[in-house]
Amino acid sequence: MTKYLELVCPGGTPAAFRASVDAGADTVYCGFRDVTNARNYPGLNFDREEMAEAIDYAHQRGRHVLIAINTFPRAGEMGPWRQAVDDAASLGADAVILADIGVLDYAASRHPELRRHLSVQAGASNMLSLDFYRENFGISRAVLPRMFELREVASLVARMGVEAETFAFGSFGTMTEGRCILSSYLCGKSPSSDGACAPAECVTYAERDGEERVLLGGMTMNSFAPGEPASYPTPCKARLMVRGEPMYIFDEPEGLNAHDILPRLKEAGVTALKIEGRQRSRAYVTQVVRTFRAALDALAEGRPVPPADLVGITEGGKESLGAYRKGWR
Amino acid sequence: MMPAGLTGSKRTGAGLTLGPLLFHWPVEKRRDFYARIADEAPVDCVHLGEVICSKRAPFFEREIPAIAERLKKAGKQVVLSTLALVTTEREIAEVRAACDAGYLVEVNDVSCLRVLGGRPHVVGPLMNVFNEGALSYMVRGGAVRVVPPPEVSAAGIATLARAAQGMDKGAMDQSVEIEAFAFGRQVLSIAMRCYHARSRGLTKDTCQFACEADPDGLPLATIADEPFGVVNGISVLSHGYVAAFAQMAPLAAAGVARFRLSPQDCDMVAVAKLARSVLDGAREPTSALAELRPLIGAVPVVDGYLRGVSGRETIPA
Repeated sequence: MTKYLELVCPGGTPAAFRASVDAGADTVYCGFRDVTNARNYPGLNFDREEMAEAIDYAHQRGRHVLIAINTFPRAGEMGPWRQAVDDAASLGADAVILADIGVLDYAASRHPELRRHLSVQAGASNMLSLDFYRENFGISRAVLPRMFELREVASLVARMGVEAETFAFGSFGTMTEGRCILSSYLCGKSPSSDGACAPAECVTYAERDGEERVLLGGMTMNSFAPGEPASYPTPCKARLMVRGEPMYIFDEPEGLNAHDILPRLKEAGVTALKIEGRQRSRAYVTQVVRTFRAALDALAEGRPVPPADLVGITEGGKESLGAYRKGWR
Repeated sequence: MMPAGLTGSKRTGAGLTLGPLLFHWPVEKRRDFYARIADEAPVDCVHLGEVICSKRAPFFEREIPAIAERLKKAGKQVVLSTLALVTTEREIAEVRAACDAGYLVEVNDVSCLRVLGGRPHVVGPLMNVFNEGALSYMVRGGAVRVVPPPEVSAAGIATLARAAQGMDKGAMDQSVEIEAFAFGRQVLSIAMRCYHARSRGLTKDTCQFACEADPDGLPLATIADEPFGVVNGISVLSHGYVAAFAQMAPLAAAGVARFRLSPQDCDMVAVAKLARSVLDGAREPTSALAELRPLIGAVPVVDGYLRGVSGRETIPA
C-alpha cells in the first residue's frame, strides 16, 4: 500500500471491520453498540471487548481506528456519550468522531490528548464554522458535508487549517447532515437523536394495485412495479406528490461514487476519503474497499486507474457524483 | 410526558416571542403584517431577518429599521435572526453585517457564533442544543436565550429549563432563558438544494423566486395522498402546525421563560391573543385549541415531538 489519500473505511461489525482492514483500508471507523453513534442499527457495532480486539487487529497491521460518537445526547442523558469518549481514550482509539457541542466540550477538556475529528453530523458548511470548532475544541480533522461542488471543496480545504475528510462512495442524503429530522417526523427515530435514519423496524411493504408499496412509519414513500428494483424508503429519496404530480422532489434514489474524480480530490488538498456503509455486508465492504485501494495505489504509483465496477452494489443501482458535480443544487 | 394534572389553567409570567418569518412574502404583505403585530399583538419580542435564503434578503432588508423602530415604540424587543445555512462569502458577509447592526442577534448556524465572539445572543431552534452540556457551552459563549430544536420533547425542554436555572449567569448577568417553540410549522430539514426551484425544474441559482407563490409552504403528499410536509425554499417544514397550549403552563412551571409563535399565513394577532390568554390562566388549553381551529383552516395540529413520539402525530380534533 502506498499512501496517496488516506482510505477511511466502514467497520459496522467486527467481521466487516476485519474485511476493511484485509481489503486495504488505511483507517477503519466504527462505533459502540448503543445510541452514541449514527449507525445504531440492530446487529451492528461493538461492545467494549470487541472494540479492544478490533483496535488490536488494526494496530498490529499498522492501520488506524476512529470511533464515531456522533449523535446528539438527549437532555439529562449525557452519561453514555461521556462513557463512550472515556472508553475510546482508554481503549487506544486513534481518534473520536464527534458532532455535539456538549460532547466535544467534554472530550476536549477531559481527554485533550485524544484526537478529535468533527463528524459530518456537525454540518460545518463554511470557514467560520470550521474555525469555531478548531479554536474551541481543537479538532484535527473535519468531515465535510456532502453538499459542495469540487471547486468549493478545494476552496474550503485550502483555508480550513485542519485535515479534510470527504465522502467517496456510498449512500447520501440531500439534506445537510445533522440538520434533518424527517425520519423522526415520520417514524419517531432520527439520525441526530437515535443514530438511525429510517430504521428497518419502521419499514413495511404492502401490495396495492399490482404494485409494491414501501412504507416508513406507515407512510408510503414509494411504489414499484413487479420486478422493478425497490429502493430503501429514506425520507429524502421519497417519491412525493407535488402540485398533483409524483416526483423525486428531494433526490433520486442513487448512490455516490467519486471514483472518477480521485485525482481532483487529491489536488484539492483533501487528506482522507471516506467510504460510507457501516450497515453494509462484509462482501460489499470488501468489494468497495478493494476497488478504491487499487485506484489509490495506481494513482500513487502513476499507473492507469483500473476501472471500477460498483454500479451493481450502488444504491438504486445508479451512481452519481452527487454534489461534487456542478449544477447538482 | 407531562402529568395530566399539571395541564390545567394557571397564570404564568412567561413571555411571548414572534419568531422570524420563514416564508417569502411580498414586501407589502410583510409591512402590513408587522404593523399589525406592533399595534395589536400581545407579544414581548419580535424577530426580523431572513433565515431560509440569502437571495430573499434584499427584498426586505431596507424595511427592517423602520419596522424595528415601530416595534420598539410599541414596547417590543427586536431580535435579528440570521441565516440557517451559510456557505458563500456573500452569506458570511451578511451574517457579519447582521451581527454589527445593533440588534440582539439570533444564531441559526455555528458560523454566527464565531462572528459574535462572545457577544450576547439568542440561540435559535435550528442550532442543535439538545442537552445541558451544549447548553452550558452556549451560555459560557454569550447565549442569553436558547430555543431547543423541534425534536426535543416537552420533558426534555423542562430538563433544559431546570438545568439553565442552575448555570452561572450568562453574558447579560441573568440566567439563560429557555424559549419553547409553541406555534407554527416546525423546520424538519435544511439543505443546499432549493426544492421550490427543483419543483419547477429550476436550480437554486435560477430559481425565479418560485417560493413566493406559497406563503405558507408548498404541500407535499405521499403517493397514497397522506400529508408529508411543506417545502419552503431549502427547508422542509411540518405538514401541521404545532399548538402547544397544553404544555405551556407545565413548561412555564419548569422554568421556561418564553414561548415562540412562528408566523404562518393566518391571523397571527388572534393566535398571539389565544396564547397570551392561556399563559395568563384566562383560558383553558382545550378551549384555546378549539378557538384556534377556525383560524387555521384545514391545517392539522401536530404535537408528536412534544409528546416524545413521531413528530407528525396530531392532537385529535
